[in-house]
Amino acid sequence: MKVEQISIFIENKFGRLAEVTKTLGEAGANIRALSLADTSDFGILRLIVDKTDLAKTTLKEQGFTVNKTEVVAVEVPDRPLGLCGILQILDEGRVNVEYMYAFVERCGENAVIIFRFDDPEEAIRVLTENKVKVLKGERVYSM
Amino acid sequence: MIWNDEFETLPREAIESLQLKRLQQTVERVCATVPFYKETFARAGIMPDRIRNLEDLQRLPFTLKQDLRDNYPYGLFAVPLDRIVRIHASSGTTGKPTVVGYTRRDIDTWAELMARSFVAAGAHRGDVIHNAYGYGLFTGGLGAHYGAEKLGASVIPMSGGNTKKQLMIMQDFGSTVLTCTPSYCLFLAEVAAEEGIDIRKLPLRVGIHGAEPWSEQMRDEIEEKLGIKAIDIYGLSEILGPGVGIECIEAQRGLHIWEDHFIAEIIDPESGEVLPRGEKGELVVTTITKEGIPLIRYRTRDITRLIPEPCICGRTHVRLERMSGRTDDMLIIRGVNVFPSQIESVLFNIEGVEPHYQLIVDREENLDTLEVQVEVTEQTFSDEIKVLQGLSNRISHDIKDLLGVTCKVRLVEPKTLARSEGKAQRVNDKRGRKD
Repeated sequence: MKVEQISIFIENKFGRLAEVTKTLGEAGANIRALSLADTSDFGILRLIVDKTDLAKTTLKEQGFTVNKTEVVAVEVPDRPLGLCGILQILDEGRVNVEYMYAFVERCGENAVIIFRFDDPEEAIRVLTENKVKVLKGERVYSM
Repeated sequence: MIWNDEFETLPREAIESLQLKRLQQTVERVCATVPFYKETFARAGIMPDRIRNLEDLQRLPFTLKQDLRDNYPYGLFAVPLDRIVRIHASSGTTGKPTVVGYTRRDIDTWAELMARSFVAAGAHRGDVIHNAYGYGLFTGGLGAHYGAEKLGASVIPMSGGNTKKQLMIMQDFGSTVLTCTPSYCLFLAEVAAEEGIDIRKLPLRVGIHGAEPWSEQMRDEIEEKLGIKAIDIYGLSEILGPGVGIECIEAQRGLHIWEDHFIAEIIDPESGEVLPRGEKGELVVTTITKEGIPLIRYRTRDITRLIPEPCICGRTHVRLERMSGRTDDMLIIRGVNVFPSQIESVLFNIEGVEPHYQLIVDREENLDTLEVQVEVTEQTFSDEIKVLQGLSNRISHDIKDLLGVTCKVRLVEPKTLARSEGKAQRVNDKRGRKD
């Protein structure tokens, strides 16, 4: 039920982000969703791509520091209070969200949000118990 | 094992009487042949025949690196040029280089002391010595080379650079002893890992590293990554080159300085006073057998102390504690003395942090600022900002704890800090350049 995300360390330097995307593009990996967290000195680019392992190896070969983490993709009703409902469920289930970002594509009528939990297993249990749809990796990579 | 049993194990009194005899000869010789010494001795009111005991040495004036520059290139040579068979020069990062000349006997002495050093480090005949010190004006390459030949080992004159080729040779030729700077040693290990070479499985047994200050933690790292014993060697071109002193493999604690050729003193770098035996200060060396360019009380700018206790290896020559820095590497940041090696030791104590770092010192609104740049590694990297910020905070906290200096830590991408194939450049001090 989990989705593989790669994260890349990026110094705040001219052109670094372009180099990441160029490396991925030339390797034939397509970005499905992304989020960039930044501080004054560096940023962390988090990506969901269609070919995770290929993307990770290619980036490493190019000298980037790359990490693989597991995140959870959740279907969220695309209407006011849609996300709020999900967060309340997580809150009641005492599940902590580290960070989250939205997917570009919709899944039918619903939006897709990527969540990074400190305890993804527990999060998935709480969500599915509350009838929230959690997307499988393969489904997400091919969206 | 000991190379020269007779001289390396001389009883204390015998060393001191030999030192006195050789010192008297040296002082007389430089007074007669080097105008610089004739003048400085005269100015200090010293007659060369007044050296009656070793304490009298303290009355002689110091020789500074600047004196070598002022007498560039040959002004301090004590013999005519037709007796000089080799000329070396130290890297002139500021102004002119310092030039040193060797007579044939000086070259023989140097080879002898390097051979002693190799044996002290556990090398022997039959070893394949991979010499990755630079060959050229720098004394490292040729100094180690002649010593290795004198020892009767097989020496590979690699010189620095061309790291992938170094690794190929190391594998194919079965190198057993590696001589290079400690930072280049770690760089070799890093490239080996990238190339998929298990450097620990190679026949390499001993590394002899010097020419830049390095910490005990860096030694652990080298020993762990290469699966070797790492030995600290000391030398400076003004005095001889590599082989002035070396750790013995038996103790790996303190560097024996060859006292039948040099006299070591420790002084307070501020006042110039000789410190009581065992106290830490600046090392001052007098050469007592050199012919080409004998130096009286040369201020090395290296910070160390003498370890007077006898060593388990049987050598009677006094040991210098591992250099903790150089007076001219020392940064004064908001009034606090900071040695790059201290920051290095903080970094080594944090798991996953690589020893590649750079210090940027600057001045903002009349206040000194210190920025420590550290490479992020796969081990320290995380997808969460708070983890990386925790790492920066820990580094600056530990530095503050140890040194009392506030610094800013900047995490940078791996392999972006310059790797050196010779001496590592750790400090970028921008303060002087703006005024």
